[in-house]
Amino acid sequence: MKSADEITTADTRQEAGVTPAAPARLRSKRTRLTAKWRPRSVIFRTAMYILLLIISGFILLPAGWMLTAALKPDLAPVFTIPTQWFPAHYWQWQNFGRVLFGSLSFLRYTVNTIIIVVGNILGILISCSLVAFAFARLRFRGSKTLFYLVVVTMLIPWQALMVPQFIMFFKLGWYGTYLPLIVPSFGGNAFFIFLIRQYMRTIPRELDDAARVDGLNAWQIFWRIILPLSTPVLTVCAVFTFIWSWNDLLGPIIYLDNQQTFTLSVALANLVTRAGTPWNLLMAANLLSMIPCILVFFFVQKKLIGGIASVGLKG
Amino acid sequence: MRLVLQRRMTARFRGWPAPDRGGRPGPASPGPGAGKRTVFGRAPRLPLSRTRRREQRAAYLFLSPWLLGLLAFWIVPIVASLLLSFTDWTLIFKPHWVGLGNYRAMASDHDFWNSIRVTVKYILLSVPLYMVVGLLLSLLLNLKLRGMNVFRTFLFIPSVLSGVAVAILWVSLLNPDVGPVNQALRAIGIAHPPRWLADPAWAVPSVVLMGLWGVGGGAIIYLAGLQNIGAQLYEAASLDGAGPWQRFRFVTFPMLTPTLLFVLLTSLIGAFQVFDTAYVLAGSQGADGTSLNFYLLNMWTEAFTNQRFGYASALAWVMIILAAVVILAIFRTASRWVYYEYDPEKE
Repeated sequence: MKSADEITTADTRQEAGVTPAAPARLRSKRTRLTAKWRPRSVIFRTAMYILLLIISGFILLPAGWMLTAALKPDLAPVFTIPTQWFPAHYWQWQNFGRVLFGSLSFLRYTVNTIIIVVGNILGILISCSLVAFAFARLRFRGSKTLFYLVVVTMLIPWQALMVPQFIMFFKLGWYGTYLPLIVPSFGGNAFFIFLIRQYMRTIPRELDDAARVDGLNAWQIFWRIILPLSTPVLTVCAVFTFIWSWNDLLGPIIYLDNQQTFTLSVALANLVTRAGTPWNLLMAANLLSMIPCILVFFFVQKKLIGGIASVGLKG
Repeated sequence: MRLVLQRRMTARFRGWPAPDRGGRPGPASPGPGAGKRTVFGRAPRLPLSRTRRREQRAAYLFLSPWLLGLLAFWIVPIVASLLLSFTDWTLIFKPHWVGLGNYRAMASDHDFWNSIRVTVKYILLSVPLYMVVGLLLSLLLNLKLRGMNVFRTFLFIPSVLSGVAVAILWVSLLNPDVGPVNQALRAIGIAHPPRWLADPAWAVPSVVLMGLWGVGGGAIIYLAGLQNIGAQLYEAASLDGAGPWQRFRFVTFPMLTPTLLFVLLTSLIGAFQVFDTAYVLAGSQGADGTSLNFYLLNMWTEAFTNQRFGYASALAWVMIILAAVVILAIFRTASRWVYYEYDPEKE
């Protein structure tokens, strides 16, 4: 299992961004202060700013065009010559209301998506924190082998198993419900188990030892000491779960058969493949579906980037 | 040495892990021929003390959600899918054994070969491009300039958006006749810009270009790798008279190879999982049916549209085997180009 070893090292190395222990934080801070190369020449710095502005434009222009299109009235052409990259003439904010409450009924899809997302976050936080605690803090026979299994399942794409999983859930009578989309997250996720375990390992062991002297059992140590200290990494896991399950298309498209139960992704995909959806409403719906992820990203930006550094976003 | 051993013994006597070991096998694991290796890598297995037994029981209780999940969502499906791949099953009738028939059928299946071609084309175009652009971008974002945090935020936003939403946005931007991209290209004098998704030859490159919009997500991973490089290495290199290029070539790049390995692995596995974009684009106006039939989309169609569950399972197994071959091949060569810094903490 040399390969699994190498993966572990590669990932622990990148993980410094979310390490709580003081020495690690000091170390990364010191390197950060000096490792960055401060360009001295004015010409070079100006050139870099111009480059950054061009790249940011590449990111922002499509987003601006989308907002422009979403704010247009039904009869105004979305594709104009020259292209309008930013909203200037039309401000039909009611388009968003029409998407949510009108015949497209995106409010329902949003609620459906929120149900699945909340279920997934609960499942992931409960199961992964328990399992990671066992790997990080408890001694048991087979711990090494089982941890290799975690790493291996991290490398197998779950999509390869979607057919037998579908048949299993179908036989259980769960087809058409949210259960196949929520229940698996209560069985843990290898990436998050790995991430939380790495974090928990950095919490000083003296805390456990002191707690044991005081007569706390394993559960009490987990619940009263380790879990409260792990909130930063748990936040990262919750945010990742939010983004992943909010954006998921394959799962809902396999298991949901009724328009009433669709999630935002499925509804949007149907909207674009169905001819005749007005462009302005399509773009408004698209923008609405993006807003929660962007908001969540802004609120937890710093923690998230540390976490992404450790697992990779689309991992 | 004796001290360490003593601490271990006391620790075992108390029934709790030694404080310095972090629950992992200690360095004092016996060399070859030092008796039977146990899971803890030392000493022959002794009956566990009461406290240790209790700890072990607790551990398995904590692990139980994952163990159940592993059984229900991994082990059973893996076995089931292997068995299914040798059958012909439409969910309605009883499965019927066809042996290697599904695998043989692949050889003459145009859709299958087409999906392989599309996926390989995507890998060849996207993986090198994203790795190079991501790396360059991270070098840029690592510069110490005022307002850099704002730029980082902007560049990062597209990578938290859903594949569906991004595909919907770009299918309109890349509209061959009236889309803003082609208008811009015409404005700068390209009279006949590519027809992007509408042109089978340009469909995969279009998807690759769309993905470039979210390349900031990859840049963040490199950025974290860059910030873990010790400043003393750069100082030493400067003292030896290394210029900017040499500092990159002999310090930054070698120290970043573990990150590159990680990104290479995840992006190769990711290429087999391209679904959202392909589903939206293949279904929407413009693209024809086959030019964006990625591997996973083809598998999904066989399973859930054509109801060929046996055949889809065989496709899944080919996917697992291909992924395993790729991963093993990369690990085989990794020791030649991946550089691991000596880390005394790990010893």
